[in-house]
Amino acid sequence: MSAGKRMKGLLSRLIIALLFRKRMVKIGIYGPPNAGKTTLANRIIHTFVDENEDIGVSTEIPHETRRVTTRKGIFIDLKRITRDETNHGSSSRTDSNPAVAGGKRSRARVVFDVVDTPGLATKIDFRDFMAYGMEEDEAKRRAKEATEGVIEAIKWLDDIDGVILLMDSTEDPYTQTNVVIIGNMEARGIPIIIAANKIDLPDAAPHRIKNAFPQHRVVPVSALKGDNMEKLYEEMARVFR
Amino acid sequence: MNLNVVDGVEGGEVMKRHMTTPTGTATGTGTDTGIEMNLVSRDKVESMGSMEKLRFILDGVKSGNIVVLEGGLTAEEQMKLIELTMMEVDDDFTGIEISGYPTKRSFLNLRKKTRLTVIGPAAKMKTIRKDKDLISAIISTT
Repeated sequence: MSAGKRMKGLLSRLIIALLFRKRMVKIGIYGPPNAGKTTLANRIIHTFVDENEDIGVSTEIPHETRRVTTRKGIFIDLKRITRDETNHGSSSRTDSNPAVAGGKRSRARVVFDVVDTPGLATKIDFRDFMAYGMEEDEAKRRAKEATEGVIEAIKWLDDIDGVILLMDSTEDPYTQTNVVIIGNMEARGIPIIIAANKIDLPDAAPHRIKNAFPQHRVVPVSALKGDNMEKLYEEMARVFR
Repeated sequence: MNLNVVDGVEGGEVMKRHMTTPTGTATGTGTDTGIEMNLVSRDKVESMGSMEKLRFILDGVKSGNIVVLEGGLTAEEQMKLIELTMMEVDDDFTGIEISGYPTKRSFLNLRKKTRLTVIGPAAKMKTIRKDKDLISAIISTT
């Protein structure tokens, strides 16, 4: 092949790449420690990438995730099915199974990088980790890493295009940390979805989250059991594309 | 000791209140175990630059004081304060407890107006209840 033809081929690929490339959207999963952020990130990857791939490990010990972890190029392609049910007394409904055919269909798709972040906290005491059976040295090391993780998570806000704010629906949602995250997203004009996690637990009260933050979309889910995840994926495809 | 902060209280320039607890006086040891509170007026808060404000707060809190800012901090300032706090957490200073009234929209809905923020050492202060016009916190003197 001549040098001229090679150059022409390179040029055409470059033009195609420039014209048709899809900008990757970075979605940050934020929230307080132990809200289930890594469990949610793993669930998303299991659903759309590989059942055996994990982004991180989830345990009951707070600050298990102490470094920001990214999984690139996750492609959500949902066939949204909207049925006109006005004759049946409701305006519209979105089918819970994205693969089911029928009805009035529109494709909802988004390609994104998922960014799993350490839990945001205003206090970290190494003695709290010792309650989980850690030796003092290990607890101090973990506390130090946890503080660095919080700083890293905050710095990542500058590079994020959208946020899933995960809250534990068994806890009081009206914490200053949640208020601060939401306030920062609003100030930066970054779209936000609140996921009310752990709805599989008996004392879950996702309505408290809806009442606390009525100006935002709240999707009740169980990242662990997979409950209502389709609704969250639909919201992600709609809000973050 | 319980601390209730209610909307509508006007502050002075920088008013310092030294509160002696019942425990402190009851022991009769003569040692003062009170908690110092710094009530900072809106004028004072607005006269400081962003970083100066955060340094002022964190220095006060690290000294064991409760800092109450009339006019409060913006969400961005609060996030910066969390970041700064995390840089200074060690074995003795475990972080901060922060609480504030939610912002209100100003005239013509153009700008969000911050209201009041309370910050204290995490080891001494714990918010027990918060709604749009009331913050209730426990201050420990031990």
